[in-house]
Amino acid sequence: MADYEPVLLKNISLEGSTDLKVYESAGGYAAARKALKMTPDEVTEIVKEANLRGRGGAGFPAGVKWGFLPKDREVTYLCVNADESEPPTFSNRVLMEKDPHQLIEGTIIAAFATQAQKAFIYMRVEFHEPFHVMQNAIDQAYAAGYLGKNIFGSGFELDVFIHRGAGAYVCGEETGLIESLEGKRGCPRIKPPFPAVEGLFHKPTVVNNVETLCNVPHIIERGAAWFKSIGAEGSEGPKLFCASGPVNRPGCFEGPMTITCRELIEGDGYGRGMRSGKEVKAVLPGGISMGVLTADELNMVMDFDDPRNFGLLGLGTAAAVIIDQQQDIRKVLANITRFYSHESCGQCTQCREGTSWMDKIATRIADGVGRTEDLDLIVDVTKNMGMMPGLSICGLSDGAAFPIRTIVQKFRGEFEAYIAEQPPTSTLRVLSTFN
Amino acid sequence: MAWETIDRNKPVTAKEAAPLLTEAIKDKIRVFFDRYETKRAVLLPALHITQEALGHVGPQAMEEIAELLEIAPSEVFDTIGFYTHYWTHPKGEKVVVACRSISCQVMGGDEVLEACKKHLGIEDHGTTSDGKYSLMTEECLAGCDHAPCLLINEKLHEKVKPEDVATLLEDANNDKIEMPRSDLYDGPPGGSVDSDSKAADAPAGE
Repeated sequence: MADYEPVLLKNISLEGSTDLKVYESAGGYAAARKALKMTPDEVTEIVKEANLRGRGGAGFPAGVKWGFLPKDREVTYLCVNADESEPPTFSNRVLMEKDPHQLIEGTIIAAFATQAQKAFIYMRVEFHEPFHVMQNAIDQAYAAGYLGKNIFGSGFELDVFIHRGAGAYVCGEETGLIESLEGKRGCPRIKPPFPAVEGLFHKPTVVNNVETLCNVPHIIERGAAWFKSIGAEGSEGPKLFCASGPVNRPGCFEGPMTITCRELIEGDGYGRGMRSGKEVKAVLPGGISMGVLTADELNMVMDFDDPRNFGLLGLGTAAAVIIDQQQDIRKVLANITRFYSHESCGQCTQCREGTSWMDKIATRIADGVGRTEDLDLIVDVTKNMGMMPGLSICGLSDGAAFPIRTIVQKFRGEFEAYIAEQPPTSTLRVLSTFN
Repeated sequence: MAWETIDRNKPVTAKEAAPLLTEAIKDKIRVFFDRYETKRAVLLPALHITQEALGHVGPQAMEEIAELLEIAPSEVFDTIGFYTHYWTHPKGEKVVVACRSISCQVMGGDEVLEACKKHLGIEDHGTTSDGKYSLMTEECLAGCDHAPCLLINEKLHEKVKPEDVATLLEDANNDKIEMPRSDLYDGPPGGSVDSDSKAADAPAGE
């Protein structure tokens, strides 16, 4: 898309893009000034009208989420979800490292719309550079009077704090994040009550992703109609895509949600094709949790709806990892099962036991002692966990079930070929080591 | 395998004479009290601060944190056990974190990890005998565009090749990032909200 004009990433190549002055000279904080002259409900209405769907993975409209807050509340909290832990996603890191004021501006507007006086940016602890960049930007914003008391003379007051996590994937789930903020284990809560009614410290709370909030200033500045003119119906607005793996230009790109997965890999403005000698075997197009595409399915449109037509859970984080033909699909599966068995918080039995047993089975297959019936067993386990059959508290187990099931189903022939090649004595050999 | 028996006659933690949490550390933690509604919410920052000062958070430090935050020591232990970032036993001066997620694996992360193990002579979660390095693996470090990645303390090393690991680990400055620091975790103790201490060096005219 040569004619696409970047919105979210427009500042990142500017010299000193993290500095307040540079951000302001590029038109920054105009939207926040504009928003604070409106009423909170007007701001919420514009964001609702724009149909800004959450960029963190679930795709829930942000304006609707804000609208769920009870009218008679006294204290509201805003949490910014910067716990980007989904492999292989790194778009939030780019946003925070290169353009921290865009996020602060989005936070100010969202906090105003929800009437939150405290915002916590929950940032994963592995983000050291983004942390220092963000904290310096927050300090600058305080010094300029853009945070603190009486922002832009409107009487609105907001404090923004960074809360550093400590290494747990599940803290990216909104109620897990809230538990972690309260100093507890990051175990997600049973919903309802939803955070909008009872969240942080039992107060109404809104949790928004970094990229979602970065969209907000542009919506306020240029209007809902402009926002809806980008992309297609149901998937409006600019979106960040990540591409990693053996492509010529791995990185974070911006585009409309009308591009296909093939364009993300091969497009000139995106990944620019596979490295020489490499061919696509599989793509995990929405972070690993959404499921896998084969090389024949690359025409999938990277929007909120089309992934379902390919057996995927959804768009997720729109971060694609490309797996080339030289990779052993058994090792890919074992990597993914290990991730979920390690990151399951352990509250729900199906998830705790399911992910760890699938990891044991997948490791066994990867070690060259798999059985054909193991493949059916894995598929069976994935169908008996998750929120969709109503068996778990959070979506982590759905996120585990989809990639594992789609890999086993879509690459079944390959698994079976490996298993058929195993020498008949190999199972016995491994079993004998257990005694 | 034989069961390991626990000697119940000895106390689980032998109390050291002096408290581990100095007033300076406690002051740093107290800065966070205003931010949250409950003192328990200060637990994660408190553990970060303590670990940075002491290297790890052992049982005695946990008890002292519990006292400061007015919660039960078991609640501190409950939380600390959930997160991979905290060390309850001594670690090396520098922690090498190898990413083991899918992008890094596809781009050769396993070989980088093997090179680290070979160079340091330790396994996952091991510490070298001179106490310089600890090695661990972690899930995605969000540096997938430059896979494979290694995180050494604060510094993220990108596009690491197995043959470069030896040079990288010999480099004394492989764990530092050069950038303006915020006052949050490593600044002078006792400051109030960060903005106050930073206001002085903000650019002129603001």
